[in-house]
Amino acid sequence: MTCNKNKNMINKLTDICNEFNNDPDDLIGILHKAQGEFGYLPKEVQIIIAELIKIPSSKIYGVVTFYSYFTMKAKGKYPISVCMGTACYVKGAEKVLKEFEDKLKIKNGETTPDGKFSMSSLRCVGACGLAPVVSIGEKIYGSVKVEEVEKILSEY
Amino acid sequence: MKKDKQIKLALKNCGSIDPEKIENYIAVDGYKALGTCLGEKGSSEIIDVIKASGLRGRGGGGFPTGEKWEMASKFVADQKYVICNADEGDPGAFMDRSILEGDPHVVLEAMAICGYSIGATEGYIYIRAEYPLAIKRLKMAIDQAKEAGLLGINILGSGFDFDIRLKYGAGAFVCGEETALIASMEGKRGTPVIKPPYPVECGYKGKPTIVNNVETYANIPVIINKGAEWFSSIGTSGSKGTKVFALAGKVKNVGLVEVPMGTTLRELIYDIGGGIINGKKFKAVQSGGPSGGCLTEKHLDTPIDYESLKECGSMMGSGGMIVMDEDDCMVAVAQFYLDFSVEESCGKCVPCREGNHVLYQILNKITHGKGELKDLDKLKAISEVVKSTSLCGLGQTSPNPVLSTLTNFYDEYYDHVVNKKCVSKQCRALVEYKIIEDNCIGCTACKRVCPAEAITGEVKGKHVIDPELCIKCGACIEKCKFNAIIVE
Ligand SMILES: Cc1cc2nc3c(=O)[nH]c(=O)nc-3n(C[C@H](O)[C@H](O)[C@H](O)COP(=O)(O)O)c2cc1C
Ligand code: SF4
Ligand code: SF4
Ligand code: FES
Repeated sequence: MTCNKNKNMINKLTDICNEFNNDPDDLIGILHKAQGEFGYLPKEVQIIIAELIKIPSSKIYGVVTFYSYFTMKAKGKYPISVCMGTACYVKGAEKVLKEFEDKLKIKNGETTPDGKFSMSSLRCVGACGLAPVVSIGEKIYGSVKVEEVEKILSEY
Repeated sequence: MKKDKQIKLALKNCGSIDPEKIENYIAVDGYKALGTCLGEKGSSEIIDVIKASGLRGRGGGGFPTGEKWEMASKFVADQKYVICNADEGDPGAFMDRSILEGDPHVVLEAMAICGYSIGATEGYIYIRAEYPLAIKRLKMAIDQAKEAGLLGINILGSGFDFDIRLKYGAGAFVCGEETALIASMEGKRGTPVIKPPYPVECGYKGKPTIVNNVETYANIPVIINKGAEWFSSIGTSGSKGTKVFALAGKVKNVGLVEVPMGTTLRELIYDIGGGIINGKKFKAVQSGGPSGGCLTEKHLDTPIDYESLKECGSMMGSGGMIVMDEDDCMVAVAQFYLDFSVEESCGKCVPCREGNHVLYQILNKITHGKGELKDLDKLKAISEVVKSTSLCGLGQTSPNPVLSTLTNFYDEYYDHVVNKKCVSKQCRALVEYKIIEDNCIGCTACKRVCPAEAITGEVKGKHVIDPELCIKCGACIEKCKFNAIIVE
């Protein structure tokens, strides 16, 4: 299965690089298209592009990590952010964050293997009266208790 | 004397023509200048007109455009390039985006004129990926111009070929710097290199290259059409024409304005901007984004031109203009800009990479109430080092917000470090939340919302905030309907 996935990836990237005549000058254009296609630029994508346009993959890694527009990590379909500002912190945001990590079996900054959820923490989001604050996608949850985490996740 | 306040040259078609139709642009003399150049003028003649007009770069540096073109025209090479810098990275500025979205053809026409004058047949627009509408309109405009024979092979039967392609940025402010921009166009990390050689000699792919800003190009066709003398009659002796600003912050009328050079800051803020909102008191105006400085009341009658703004410790910049009132803390403002520069430093040279970081940390210490008097001297000393030893314009200007606020608002810094007070009450660590006994009716709303359980009191009884427990989040103040809570 992974083999098929890889083949598919190679085909798509071959098309993209061809569009740019495999010209290393257009690396940034190629990376934009690739990220548009896959959502992010993991190591495999970088290695395949390196082979196609015949430059070292370390160069590509250098470029991907230089520009803030490019990311090597996939965001989940539902990105979860836990506010770790002072108000939320004193109201137990850390425990809430830990509960999310435990329930999803991922660490802060990671994405679940099925791509459904990703986790991150933020600085004060300006809703201190509702501390601790968690947002999932566009939706905001206030006064989140550790016991509520499971129920919140079951909404998705 | 009151001057006619706004004159629209760069923005002349924005909002008045349909940017998606080339006919509309042609109907307002569009591509007439290109026709004149190809039909009647030699390249040196065009360069002479641009030189005589006094046009200077609108991207920040203010280099005379005609001279730049002349230098590029004199280098002999098998290929030369014309680049439009549409990376517009100054946070809060959107002059270039408005031109590209509202009048894309003007930029294409000007680039073709530039190509003809210096002997280039290829042009590139380096545009931020964050501007999807501008990208769409540019693509449409390029296709339409090619179809109409105004771009491509043998333009208007003159034998001159010129083609324009787009290249995309990827979210790095430093790529607005011309050598970093060229590196980025070549598919590399956008780190600046030492000049000279300047791009006019050795630029994209090692060939002579012109890099000009969007607004600079937007002035070219009108100069050709109306003449250098007409253009140079607008503005001051050293700065000709107009400048577009994105007026923002605490003024009544925010948005894009285009004023003749020489307009004073006061005219811009009060006559055009309508003054300060909510009847508050003006405190400062910041131009030039993270590279510029904060000017005060006493600078309000300064004419807006390259030299005058520089003399007062700010700069023209690309057109960001942020007005601040009594509620803005100048130390926090400096910290905000430093935060930006720390994030955006490419990391190539030590003074910029490390120096800005140290400046940021000291400012952070001050806004958190831990500053000492000697920190102010340190800020100054480090700023001078960063300015004089950094490689590119980013590091050479990033301490400007610190230096200008230190000079113009020294009292505010002094208050922070010695009296531990922030007059504008923006620095959380330096303020105290208090309940005015007489106003409190004991509704308990504040007590219930306080995340730190710092408020005590019985129903219908007077409430008090324990300053030891209070984390100064401000949640209580929003809840109190009786104006009983104050910040000191
Ligand atoms: C850090 C940095 C960022 C810059 N960003 C821009 C920008 O966003 N747009 C721009 O036109 N010029 C920018 N410049 C100036 C360019 O290096 C260059 O001087 C300019 O594009 C030349 O065009 P002009 O002469 O028409 O102004 C920047 C310079 C520096 C040092
Ligand atoms: S001054 Fe800053 S941005 Fe410019 S080259 Fe040095 S490290 Fe990079
Ligand atoms: S919210 Fe205001 S009125 Fe109500 S208890 Fe608090 S301070 Fe008093
Ligand atoms: S600290 Fe979380 S919203 Fe302010």
